[in-house]
Amino acid sequence: MTRDPRTPEALSWDTFIQGLWRENPVFVMLLGLCPVLAVTNTAMNALSMGLATTFVLLCSGVLVSVLRNLIPRQVRIASYIIIIATFVTIVDYAIQAVSLDLYKALGAFIQLIVVNCIILGRAEAYASKNPVVSAFVNALGMGLGFTFALLCLGAVREVLGSGSLFGLSLFGPDFQPWAVFVLPPGGFFVLAFWLFLFAVVRKRLKVTESSMEERTNAA
Amino acid sequence: MQPDSLSFIFLNAFIINNFVLAMFLGLCPFLGVSGKIKTAWNMGLAVIFVMLVSSTCAYAINFLLIRYHLEFLRLICYIAVIASAVQLVEMAIKKWSPALFRTLGIFLPLITTNCAILGVALFQTQRDYDFFQCLAFSLGAGAGFTLALMLMAGLREKLELADVPDVSMGAALSLVIAGLLSLTFMGFAGLGG
Amino acid sequence: MNQDTSSLPQPMPASSRLIITLCLIAMMSGFLVVLTFNVTEPRITQNKQEALEQAVFAVLSDATVRSNYLLDSSGLVALPDEDFARANVYAGYNEAGEVIGVAMEGSARGYQDIVRILYGYSLEKECIIGVTVLQSTETPGLGDRVETDLGFLANFDCLDASLNEDRTAMRNEIVTVKHGKKVHPWQVDGISGATITSKAVGNALRGSTSQMLPWLVKNKASLDRKKMSSKTTGLH
Repeated sequence: MTRDPRTPEALSWDTFIQGLWRENPVFVMLLGLCPVLAVTNTAMNALSMGLATTFVLLCSGVLVSVLRNLIPRQVRIASYIIIIATFVTIVDYAIQAVSLDLYKALGAFIQLIVVNCIILGRAEAYASKNPVVSAFVNALGMGLGFTFALLCLGAVREVLGSGSLFGLSLFGPDFQPWAVFVLPPGGFFVLAFWLFLFAVVRKRLKVTESSMEERTNAA
Repeated sequence: MQPDSLSFIFLNAFIINNFVLAMFLGLCPFLGVSGKIKTAWNMGLAVIFVMLVSSTCAYAINFLLIRYHLEFLRLICYIAVIASAVQLVEMAIKKWSPALFRTLGIFLPLITTNCAILGVALFQTQRDYDFFQCLAFSLGAGAGFTLALMLMAGLREKLELADVPDVSMGAALSLVIAGLLSLTFMGFAGLGG
Repeated sequence: MNQDTSSLPQPMPASSRLIITLCLIAMMSGFLVVLTFNVTEPRITQNKQEALEQAVFAVLSDATVRSNYLLDSSGLVALPDEDFARANVYAGYNEAGEVIGVAMEGSARGYQDIVRILYGYSLEKECIIGVTVLQSTETPGLGDRVETDLGFLANFDCLDASLNEDRTAMRNEIVTVKHGKKVHPWQVDGISGATITSKAVGNALRGSTSQMLPWLVKNKASLDRKKMSSKTTGLH
């Protein structure tokens, strides 16, 4: 018998960790790439964007999970979009209140969190089927995974492209920054580089695993 | 060229600040549907069409919201209207032009979550464009998206025959190509200065 | 919904139920958004005001007090301090209450996108005494040098922006020339390697000065008078 899709998954460590590594939204599932490339020209922007997205993921995940039995299936997508748009508007105003410079740097990409496929994807695929606590933990994992990926890109691009990290100058005044990394093409190149790296690491892991299995089989 | 002229706005959205390659909007379909030139072309057409419709709607809504000082509802209204506009367009095409529906059909629902569409609506508001400027902007953005998609599809069709290391297969390689394309498009900057 | 009903093909719920659900969700979201808006609004206004103040004092380096005005073809109207968003002219005064100059905005198309600048204009010297970039997305390392390049900023120690004899138009329109080709005091010496962005700064200055300055000079007196009255109110 096939498993009923509405049966909640058991809450486990895996609920949290899957978003961070095995199903990392950026490096593995290639979702929500627009902000990943657009706002990672400095590490600070990357971190803020990651946290803003995490906040929206958490809040919408919890709310969708609370309301999961009340929303009829036919209007679920519309309801999720309204819920997500609400929290994005809240984040938008909160960032304006905290720092206008940050708001200018992130630009329209804060509002574009609404169409980030990760959030709607999580609401539909996980939060709408699972109890609040699992939804919260899962969203936290996904959000942190997303933030981690943004930071990976932001740090590399800022160090190479402007010779600093979080605004602190690293190489002194004589450093000639590699400006292309702060520009759009640099975003594509750095993400491609990380994907290569992860592909290689995965392959290594697989090779070690299979060779270990062979050894145990031989023994 | 005048900064606010229609031709400049069109050109700016089309190649100088290409939506995909310079502003990183609409990357999911860009990487997902760029396998074949034919599909890329149809997807591009669908996007241009929806962009025009949603940009017009967004202009009307923004007008109303400003009139009644409800700017904080902008985002929610935009996304709701774009989603329903896509649905309406889909139904309308299905009824009146089945041939067109067969061409665009499966791509229309995909477009709802395309950030380029919401991007057009948000940027035109941010820049205070008037109605015709909005039209020029959305047409340029849609055409730019189609151009980027077609170029990418052409390159990827050739790439299928190439022999590359297997760790770099798939997304990573597409991204490197996108980066090179983006580098090329940077050459268009300053075109209207 | 329990598992039994969900595994069966579901009957369509009444449309009234769908509508009510959507309405409730929309109401809830509206409530949350309005709440946030009201909580954050004062803080956002304050941030914007601080940012503006910083920019105004950056281009009018000797000023310590700022006041807002709305300038158009009909005249110059003083605005209250909190109404800064509507103002297009910001006058700066020193501690003695004398007008240092006014700060105004200009914008023009740059390399990537629109470049918005704020410039300070000295009525006494009839020249531009400072420029700061409010918004630009110019290429890092190239175009953004208009904000940092000392040679370029030296243009604005006193860039001639005087009006003609009958005070209706600029005597000489401000224009950006190639680096090293500056001969007249109204020319902006461009940056080599960032020609288009420096041209954009020049264009922004030209556009704004040729429209605003004739109006401003015509209403010059009300700038002082306003200051006198506000100074007297300050003494009370």
